[in-house]
Amino acid sequence: MAADKEKRQQNVLQRPQHNSALAAGLSIIPGLGQVYNKRYIKGTILFILFAAFIIALFDFLATGLQGLVTLGETPREDDSRVFLSNGILSVILLTFALSMYGITIQDAYKDAKRIQLGWKVPTIKEGFKNAWDTSFPYLLVGPGLALLIFVVVFPLLFMFLLAFTNYNLYNAPPANLLEWVGFSNFTDLFMIAEWRATFLNVLSWTLIWTFVATSLQIALAMFLAILTNDPRLKFKKLIRTVFILPWAVPAFVTILIFSAIFNDNFGAINNDIIEPIFGSGIPWLTDPFWTRFALILIQTWLGFPFVYALFTGVLQGISSDWYEAADMDGANRWQKFRNITFPHLMFATAPLLIMQYSFNFNNFNIIYLFNQGGPAIRGQNAGGSDILISWVYSLTFETQQFNMAAAISIILGLLVATFAFFQFRRSRSFKEEGTF
Amino acid sequence: MSQTTKKPMSRKKKNTLELIAMYSIIGVMFVIILYPLLWTLGLSLNPGRGLFGAEMIPTDWSLVHYEWLFFSENSDYLTWYRNSLIVAIATSAFATMIVCFTAYAFSRYRFKGRKNGLYAFLLLQMFPILMAMVALYILLNTVGLLDTLTGLILIYVGGAIPMNAFLVKGYFDSIPRELDESAKIDGAGHFRIFFQILLPLAKPILAVVALFNFMQPFMDFLLPRIVLRSPENYTLALGLFNFVNDEFSNNFTRFAAGSILIAVPIAAVYLFLQRYLISGLASGATKG
Repeated sequence: MAADKEKRQQNVLQRPQHNSALAAGLSIIPGLGQVYNKRYIKGTILFILFAAFIIALFDFLATGLQGLVTLGETPREDDSRVFLSNGILSVILLTFALSMYGITIQDAYKDAKRIQLGWKVPTIKEGFKNAWDTSFPYLLVGPGLALLIFVVVFPLLFMFLLAFTNYNLYNAPPANLLEWVGFSNFTDLFMIAEWRATFLNVLSWTLIWTFVATSLQIALAMFLAILTNDPRLKFKKLIRTVFILPWAVPAFVTILIFSAIFNDNFGAINNDIIEPIFGSGIPWLTDPFWTRFALILIQTWLGFPFVYALFTGVLQGISSDWYEAADMDGANRWQKFRNITFPHLMFATAPLLIMQYSFNFNNFNIIYLFNQGGPAIRGQNAGGSDILISWVYSLTFETQQFNMAAAISIILGLLVATFAFFQFRRSRSFKEEGTF
Repeated sequence: MSQTTKKPMSRKKKNTLELIAMYSIIGVMFVIILYPLLWTLGLSLNPGRGLFGAEMIPTDWSLVHYEWLFFSENSDYLTWYRNSLIVAIATSAFATMIVCFTAYAFSRYRFKGRKNGLYAFLLLQMFPILMAMVALYILLNTVGLLDTLTGLILIYVGGAIPMNAFLVKGYFDSIPRELDESAKIDGAGHFRIFFQILLPLAKPILAVVALFNFMQPFMDFLLPRIVLRSPENYTLALGLFNFVNDEFSNNFTRFAAGSILIAVPIAAVYLFLQRYLISGLASGATKG
């Protein structure tokens, strides 16, 4: 800030002989540019840090990057998985080091520019104070970032790379070496008839599932929220508490209970409701259509209370002026709903509703706990109610086709990313950034 | 005149009809919601062990299954409860702490890489950590953290950061910056501003984050399923699932009893705090 002000006040070069390009150029050896700017201590510290980094990690980085290319050379001795993870680690460390390197060069250049404008190099004490101030946010972000890199980014990269290897049950380290196979997993997915049929089936069911189940739960929630907001109704508190119950009970418990209630042979639905009325039971767990039908019903049961609670909160906040004005104009109920209630509900909760869709897109729990993705279908290697994420699970842990599982995960990721991209552009937080 | 007397009559009639319709819809919903829950309670009181032959309203009800869960030597139920508690407390504490620091930095400082960091967080929040389950499994296996609670906690905390950091950042953003600027003028340092000004004001959202991260290990099933292998390391969800899964109809009443014992406290907490949970989420999502 102070430097900016000075710039404006005296836009004259005070020391034209101080060369900013030279400062940046000298920084090719980290720290030298800072020394040229007469910031000796800063320069020395930077030089020592970089030297230490290179001396300590040069070997690791070199073998790591090499290993990433070869994935090991002697079978049974080299574990390709270790090579892969060391390689990723090297890439992450190298990226980090390179960006630090870039920042030091920039720093030397900027300082030199400012010196040209007559800026006094801060004393050692000031220097430390400034360093503390600028590095404080990094200190705060540091622990979270480190954990995020190792627990989220690292596995995602690992998964990404696996999709281009031949890692499966028959070719598994440490007994065998992995090899890079390029895009052949992806071409297999689309070229081999069984994989293609399975993929298309699962993908279409995933999309139908996401759309129908989520929309139903939102519709039911909206209907009930408007219904229970009626001033004539009594026992509102009790009604609302009961309506929120399905959200409060842990989902894994209710899903397992539903899977027993829907059991073909001795489930309560078949025994007590369907059979007495229609004579024979419905094959809830053995027919793909009925499994899917039951899943959508159960998800509606599970998912509507949260949206209901949200809507109820919004409804209570809508000023009654709106409705009074509408009454004055002689609007009927439908018009009031369309023009007042609905826009209010949507405006306040849109981001959370979108989150409901993306939650159901990856709602592994209900698919797996209800029927383990089943029933099995002839001619495809996913169950009749498998969505993409549960298919990935069964490929990983039941048939150990890690390469295919990773390839499908990438496609899943691309779908999510496309969705996320459109979501970003609408997100308010980025439009509002920098307004304060 | 006749019209005006007729109108209130029919309106009243319409009114009662509507009320009847509303109450019957609510009644149907009550049955749909309560039936499975009461069915479970009834089943857990059946003396037999199987699903077949169990009655919703048992004639000779007993608490044998509850006793078995707590006192039988073959039952790991208490161990699972303890494991779940350990994971829940550790996850909640570490996640809240790290999320706080991260959100503070993103909300109050302008530093290089901030914008890209925010984008990265938004992006990562869309990717469920489950997508990398292949890698997580293989990685934990190579590092030796497979089948340990530590591995589970690490993944929970790491996975919780992007989403929760956004939530808390949104809340911090809504606290006026004048507060910390005036404190800065009075000579307060970075930590002082954080601990004495922002944290006390952000208590509601921190409570929400802590609670969500505490609850998740109790409810989550997939991650424990991937990470944990031996029964003495199981969390509640995983252990109960195996009751049902191993021999489907043979342990169902035990499963029901175990479920009731976990569902009741969790449901109580949720019902008690629902207002805060939902308003916290709503404000985080719309402001963030």
